[in-house]
Amino acid sequence: MPDTILMPAGHVRLGSNAGQPMTRRDGIAKVTGAATYAADNRPDRLLYAVYASAGIARGRVAKLDVDTARAHPGVVEVYTPENRPALEQDPDEKFHMFAWRTEALQNDSVRYANQPVALVVAETLEAATEGARLLSPEYEEQPARIGFDNGEIYEPGSTGIGGAVTFSKGDIEAGRKAAVRTTETHIDTPLQYHNAMEPHAAVAEWDGDLLTLDCPNQALVMARDMFAKYFGIPGENITLRSPYLGGGFGSKAIPIGPYILAILAARELDRPVKIALRRDQMFGPVGHRGGTRQVVKLGTNADGQLTALEHNATSTTSSFDEFIEGAGNASHNLYASPAISTAHKGVRMDTGTPGPMRAPGEASGSAALECAMDEAAEAAGLDPLEFRLRNYSETDPASGKPFSSKALRECYAEGAKRFGWATRPLEPGTMRDENGHLVGWGVGTSLFPAPMFQALATATLRADGTATVATGGVDMGQGAWTALAQIAADGLGLPAERVEFLAGTSLQPDGGVAGGSGHTATAGGALFAAGSDAIRQLAELATNDPDSPLFGAGNAGVEARDGRLCAADDDSRSEAYEDILARAGLTALEGSGTGGRDPSIGEQWAMFSHGAVFAEVKVDPELYQIRVTRLVGAFAAGRIINPKLAQSQLTGGMIWGLSSALHEEGIHDLRSGRLVNGDFAGYHIPVNADAPSVEALLIDEEDPYVNTLGVKGVGELGITGTVGAIANAVWHATGTRVRSFPIHISALLK
Amino acid sequence: MNLFDYVRPASLSEAIAAGSKPGAAYLAGGTNLLDLMKAGVAHPGKVVDITRLPGLDRIETLSDGSTRIGAMVRNSDLARDPSFAASFPAVAEALLSGASAQLRNAATVGGNLMQRTRCPYFYDPNSACNRRESGAGCDAIGGETHSHAVLGWTETCIATHPSDFCVPLAALDAVVEMEGPDGTRDVPLADFHMLPDETSPGGADLKPGEIITALRLPAEAAAFAGNSRYLKLRERTSYAFALVSAAAMLRMDGDTIAEAHIALGAVAAKPWRASAAEELLNGATPDAETFARAAEAALDGARPSGDNAHKIDLAKRVLTRALTQAAAGTPDRMPALPASVFASVNGASAHA
Ligand SMILES: Cc1cc2nc3c(=O)[nH]c(=O)nc-3n(C[C@H](O)[C@H](O)[C@H](O)COP(=O)(O)OP(=O)(O)OC[C@H]3O[C@@H](n4cnc5c(N)ncnc54)[C@H](O)[C@@H]3O)c2cc1C
Ligand code: SF4
Repeated sequence: MPDTILMPAGHVRLGSNAGQPMTRRDGIAKVTGAATYAADNRPDRLLYAVYASAGIARGRVAKLDVDTARAHPGVVEVYTPENRPALEQDPDEKFHMFAWRTEALQNDSVRYANQPVALVVAETLEAATEGARLLSPEYEEQPARIGFDNGEIYEPGSTGIGGAVTFSKGDIEAGRKAAVRTTETHIDTPLQYHNAMEPHAAVAEWDGDLLTLDCPNQALVMARDMFAKYFGIPGENITLRSPYLGGGFGSKAIPIGPYILAILAARELDRPVKIALRRDQMFGPVGHRGGTRQVVKLGTNADGQLTALEHNATSTTSSFDEFIEGAGNASHNLYASPAISTAHKGVRMDTGTPGPMRAPGEASGSAALECAMDEAAEAAGLDPLEFRLRNYSETDPASGKPFSSKALRECYAEGAKRFGWATRPLEPGTMRDENGHLVGWGVGTSLFPAPMFQALATATLRADGTATVATGGVDMGQGAWTALAQIAADGLGLPAERVEFLAGTSLQPDGGVAGGSGHTATAGGALFAAGSDAIRQLAELATNDPDSPLFGAGNAGVEARDGRLCAADDDSRSEAYEDILARAGLTALEGSGTGGRDPSIGEQWAMFSHGAVFAEVKVDPELYQIRVTRLVGAFAAGRIINPKLAQSQLTGGMIWGLSSALHEEGIHDLRSGRLVNGDFAGYHIPVNADAPSVEALLIDEEDPYVNTLGVKGVGELGITGTVGAIANAVWHATGTRVRSFPIHISALLK
Repeated sequence: MNLFDYVRPASLSEAIAAGSKPGAAYLAGGTNLLDLMKAGVAHPGKVVDITRLPGLDRIETLSDGSTRIGAMVRNSDLARDPSFAASFPAVAEALLSGASAQLRNAATVGGNLMQRTRCPYFYDPNSACNRRESGAGCDAIGGETHSHAVLGWTETCIATHPSDFCVPLAALDAVVEMEGPDGTRDVPLADFHMLPDETSPGGADLKPGEIITALRLPAEAAAFAGNSRYLKLRERTSYAFALVSAAAMLRMDGDTIAEAHIALGAVAAKPWRASAAEELLNGATPDAETFARAAEAALDGARPSGDNAHKIDLAKRVLTRALTQAAAGTPDRMPALPASVFASVNGASAHA
């Protein structure tokens, strides 16, 4: 994107609002219930839609008792493949880079359990729910293919979204030969289901061919345009509103069958329709993290340095589409090795198609890599932190490019100090607490790319010295409402209270995707640019106006501060925005800006956030119950816009890692292909008692290259490193290396 | 869920009349019944709300010294009742280790006894389950069996009873009081949950229309207060069902065990009273070797019902530990993490 506007130097700077630990601006609304989530909308004449979920994993629906469902009091309409009105877009066509094949009743086939097979629309939620049950589907069932050993293994087209399947650098054979020691680490990771606190929901209301859609969404304008395709209308006809999301984690970016059907029903029935997935329906059509089976082979020389790093992964995907958890890619950019080789295979199973789930690829891959590094450290007789330092990469191992910034060494040092790592004995099973529990300490390195997408923003400076900024950005709970507003205020040289911040609908300028940990950098970049564009115009007015104290100060010589423009070299010369605008006879001044990255920057620099996570676990020496009693992470992620929010993202990420290490897994019955733990009683995630002490330290890191704001991302970073750190701590406590996540009591039983 | 009638009777007799009709179900805290209705496992035509029935929410001491707990007493109210917790500390500990604070605030004594198994195939109307439909078969066999039984199961049903509360109750000879169309009846809790046999999947000994009105703990049960523990092994520090659990109560006579009462949880379709182990301990000195032998005896005849052989080993270990803890004496205060292996010593911070 060569036309990216780089920040005009001189007028505005980050730092008055950005960098402050501002409290979440939407916090009160959320805790008091005033914040309206999509499903809270109840327009007049609302109908409720509930879909019937497939009770088999593979085959076709042979019979639906539509008559009985229709006869149920309150049921208005039942849609099946036989009467589903036409769509303008085939749900089985991949018409967009982010389009997954989805089920919108295009035919009677069942490709995974919990897939929608019919939609019931009724006057009440209860009637729709019972109507869906009364459909009592009968099936022609085919044997389900579930599990690594039962699915077809194949060569995938890509990893993640458009990522490479294989990678190699250097001579692996030579690397192996040069090694004095080799280790081979096998790690399995399970299927995981996003399960945001707010299940997927939509309220659709048509007015002619205009659609208002209340729906939690991470990529408003992109999704709006994709929705529009299904209904043959221009994207502008849709107003997609998503002021609040109760978590997205990658599962709320794209149109899914249930939404499309609800919108269709609203159009056909000419009444607003709401659909809200039940918790059990979150295990199916809304994506998940594919499982992986990984092998990491490391060769090390006598100095404890890697000579060869091989990381191979087989990742599960659906039988009908592809999203491959790019686990092996986690080994490309972290540890120095003259030879690196990674490769992926896919295995097709009768599940829904996986999708991006918080740190897609990185989370699973880091788990295996960090366990492997620990095993190699043990083989080399080295402290695992020391071993990582011996393999510290000064330049990107994959490309050889310099890092735009990398304060990982400081992360290791600060984290280790805070944790007290120095006194860690090398041998496992040697530490006990006062209650006789085994104690183990482990470390893992965090790594996450610092991508940017594209975003637009506007800034309007008004005659009264206040401003409105707008971008279709999205707050999934990560704090965008706050952090983006801080950046915007700095862009305008105003205190945050004087800036009205508009986001969360597709009516605003395209705010891009809230994903990939790139939203703050991208949408923030656009906001900052829009603000500085407005200030540039303001400065032009002032410096060209003989009546202004700033007359003749020259563009570069003026700074925006606290609602005033000041001459850079003379504090006594300044003027309030209000006065400049009043004299110019303007009621408002419009600025616009773009966020994005010039590709040449990516050609020059490798850009990543880094961190080090230290874990303490306690394990009962006979009963083997495990508890993570301490997590300390130290992270370097460029400029931190809001330390409070960044810490909460990072600690949340670490707890997510804890969840992967000890709790989370979708368990399928291998015969039926149905999930056996599709609820929160069975699908464990950590509770407070599982995470008594989690600390995230922010390590200063200035990055002049990554983008104009110097911002990387913190949303996913905390997961990486943590899973491995915990598994390594479990080994250090017990001497057992568990090969399969999550770690269960039974895996430690001796 | 299906359309149903909701009635809130004013008296026990009205409730029994309403509840005796086919397709009626009693609603207490609703934490289990409503889930089952939402999952399409239960579809009562009439829901009889018994939460406002007079007189069922009391904890009282009877003239014979026994303690009577009304069926509508909420789990958290019972656990936090100072005199109850002092007399029956392991019961309080078991209650507080169950579910979450929110659920315990809603769940009742009667509902806890009557809660259904957590066998995932029971909850999945698409699976065959003898408990849901007699004679349908059991899809748990050969499936995911981590929560399933290692004692007292048959091919008809391999499910476990998931309650924590019931485990120490079984050990303490609690009695269930019921009232139904044919009058009142008492059943020892240890017999209330019936094991499966060759044809029947087992279940609760409650006849149509019968209401649990109260639970009674005999006066002698309080004699174990000084050496009572409940220990619950689980895959999450809190808010998880037991992998295996054990209640161990000892009445000490100086340095010897005068009388031991033991039950295991999550190993069978009922709280598993371990009488052979009790006999072995009665009159013995509390040492590691004796406890290990008792644990062996308690699991005598155990066999895996699937991929769950580890539960046998773990149950022995949990019981051994619970006995050791009980011998050491009931803690003065409820531990910060009740029944947890990480229950910290009194006064210690619950946070590391
Ligand atoms: C997520 C989750 C986690 C849980 N974890 C645990 C745990 O760790 N340990 C544990 O022990 N339990 C656990 N439970 C189960 C919980 O303890 C039970 O759901 C609760 O005790 C049921 O009580 P209730 O009053 O809500 O019963 P309800 O749901 O109202 O009723 C349950 C059944 O009992 C019948 N019933 C109720 N009262 C009477 C009566 N007086 N007479 C006759 N029949 C009656 C009802 O008809 C119904 O069939 C958990 C539950 C959930 C949902
Ligand atoms: S174990 Fe019992 S509850 Fe589970 S499926 Fe079999 S019969 Fe049903």
